[in-house]
Amino acid sequence: MALFNTLLLGLVALAIPGLINRTRARLAGRKGIRFTQHLHDLKLLLHKGAVYSTTTSALFRIAPSVYLAAAAVAALCIPGGDLRPLLSFEGDLVAFAYLLALGRMALILAAMDTGSSFEGMGASREALYGALVEPALMLVFGTFALLSGYTSFAQIFTSEGTEGAQTAVVLLLAAYILMKITITESGRIPVDDPRTHLELTMIHEVMCLDYCGVDLAFIKIAGWLKTAAFSLLAADAVAAAAAPRWWVAAPLAMLLTGLSVGVVESAQARNKLARNTTFILTVVALAALVYFTAFLLQRNISIQ
Amino acid sequence: MTWYITDNCAGAVALRDIPEVPYAEFYDEMAACLADPRYHVAHYFALPDGDCMRFICLLLDDTEHRILIASHSMEYYDEGVLPSLTARHPALHPFERDITERYGIRFDGMPWDKPLRFPADGYDRRSSIDNYPFYTMEGHSLHEVNVGPIHAGIIEPGAFRFICNGEQVLHLEIALGYQHRGVEEEFPSTENRLRQACLAESVAGDSAVAHAAAFAAAIEKLTAARLPEALGIERILALELERMAMQIADTGALSMDVGYQLGQVACEALRTMTINTTQAWCGNRFGKGLLRPGGTDHPLDAGTAEMIRRNVREIARRFDEVRHDIKSSPTLLARFEQCGTVPREEMLRIGGVGQAARASGVVRDLRASHPWGCYATLLRHEPIVKRQGDVMARLMVRCREVLQSAAYIDTLTTRRAEIGFDALPQPDYTTPLAPRSLAFGLVEGWRGETCHVIVTDPAGHLAACRVKDPSLHNWMALALAVRGEGISDFPICNKSFNLSYCGHDL
Repeated sequence: MALFNTLLLGLVALAIPGLINRTRARLAGRKGIRFTQHLHDLKLLLHKGAVYSTTTSALFRIAPSVYLAAAAVAALCIPGGDLRPLLSFEGDLVAFAYLLALGRMALILAAMDTGSSFEGMGASREALYGALVEPALMLVFGTFALLSGYTSFAQIFTSEGTEGAQTAVVLLLAAYILMKITITESGRIPVDDPRTHLELTMIHEVMCLDYCGVDLAFIKIAGWLKTAAFSLLAADAVAAAAAPRWWVAAPLAMLLTGLSVGVVESAQARNKLARNTTFILTVVALAALVYFTAFLLQRNISIQ
Repeated sequence: MTWYITDNCAGAVALRDIPEVPYAEFYDEMAACLADPRYHVAHYFALPDGDCMRFICLLLDDTEHRILIASHSMEYYDEGVLPSLTARHPALHPFERDITERYGIRFDGMPWDKPLRFPADGYDRRSSIDNYPFYTMEGHSLHEVNVGPIHAGIIEPGAFRFICNGEQVLHLEIALGYQHRGVEEEFPSTENRLRQACLAESVAGDSAVAHAAAFAAAIEKLTAARLPEALGIERILALELERMAMQIADTGALSMDVGYQLGQVACEALRTMTINTTQAWCGNRFGKGLLRPGGTDHPLDAGTAEMIRRNVREIARRFDEVRHDIKSSPTLLARFEQCGTVPREEMLRIGGVGQAARASGVVRDLRASHPWGCYATLLRHEPIVKRQGDVMARLMVRCREVLQSAAYIDTLTTRRAEIGFDALPQPDYTTPLAPRSLAFGLVEGWRGETCHVIVTDPAGHLAACRVKDPSLHNWMALALAVRGEGISDFPICNKSFNLSYCGHDL
């Protein structure tokens, strides 16, 4: 069961980038790249060696591994619907959030390590948006814990506390917030633009400018795993409201992220950088509202 | 002071007819004229003339279609100081910097004697881009960001040095001159006029038609050529096709920079249609080889004219939809509006030209102020002007110019068919030029005022060709536009101007 869940997670992680690209290409009326192009690119990267700047230290070299390891361990805590994840323990939702924060910190330090002014700017932006997203994430996790009475993802989505029409509304809202967090964390439009060639506007991409070969491949895989973990969480929340089954959650995770990111990136421009703060704080405010609603529901307090 | 007064359709000017005045008088007159926004300088350059250095200035009067020419000169042993006009009118800075850099003539009180393009044969051989001291500021909260000179994309070399406080840009210094090719020196090095015409086309790849038109106009003035109306129409047709293609391309590039995919792909497709139309006409997508002095190698026939008209109508119809989408998309408006604003006063002070100036409410359009060909008669050109001076205004001026050009092309192809497709003259590379004369070609390219000034020697050979691309003025506008903006908005400010590096560096 746990292995099947891991397999499913890997599948979601590999499918989402392809789905986004196909959606974007179709909406733009282009033939577009093939569905598996990102895997071919990855293969290419894994075959390449690395070049390191002489100004960098060991920090720069270990950061991609730390980033990948943190993302992988965090992703292993996420169940697909009613499946048991490989890693599951009391309080794993807090571990999930801070494993991702650990990875982010490694990458930020590595970016500062290069001494490049571009990467310094990227690091400062990443640190700011990471710090702003964290309250939203913790509030959503708090909502889950409050509704189900558990602090482990595996138990949350299979518990009976998440059933009922009233909680369904809260869960759907939580899923919406998680989708927005997915967009922020994976650096997609409107927060960041992964395809831009303009260093001055980048957030995540600019921190990886000095990486190549295997290191870059690690960073890419970690990014996919992060996106998959968040999408699966959002899909779990939706599934928990209706039918908490893996065959609902996993396809939903792919479609939710793949289609929504693809559509948004086709039809909408990126935010002005200063507006990202507003965007993320709105998500935090919504998360606070959801948490409060869950609290009222849990205490059976009704507002007349 | 007496000026030699001419207009954009008159012939060449004999050098002895250009009044030569003492510098003090020139200075006073220029300072007074430039205080009035109706005047701006098209070109101001120095030229060794026998034993002395002659400074020739072309001043444009935007309200009365006049072009005023005056000069002053300086002997080799002259000790007199030349007070800097830039100190009073910053619009003159590129011209005075160029003179100082080439000939070592210093202007007294010049605020910043920064080299313009670091020519290898300049006065100060030690001055090079490699040892250029960038402007710096001190402070704990400030940091510098250097972009370039090798550009990550396909754009040309230029270094941008930002001084930032966090994300906010306090100052941007633009250092150009990385690809000075010595274009101006190359003109007199050959007698072959075809080669000279090809050289003029290569001044800036994206304005091939505008530069070729300016060069051809100057040569035709010197050969006193009389051109049939049909040839004039075909030239303006080519110029407007180039304008359409570039304005559409920039609309697409701006969409790309903010991550708006639909606008990007739509504009890329339309731009390809436009340049392919040019290619179907003359065999080159950028219109190289289309314009030649005295005649044409690619006369229109009925089929080509109809093809151009049909394609342009289709492009205009589809582009109008894109324009509507851009205008009605809140996420795009949030990016473009109130971003990179250059107010009218600043644009006037730095002497901005072209569509960037028109987006800031400065009505400078040679097609209206100094019309040539059928701009005054058949088309009755009205410049498109916006007041806001932000990225959105520049974008909207571009969009509306595309539609305006499309309408012009429609009129021009109709008129061309009425005249009948008789044989047009072949290009003329042999007629001798008027000796000891000056002729200028002033053309409104898609980016703005393009000016070629040709001076001939007593034997009727081309002695000097001075080229001015509108980018020369407008780079300063970009530096002002990003002041106080977030550094992440620099790319869209830059794209909204889309200035030429090689046009500046020559």
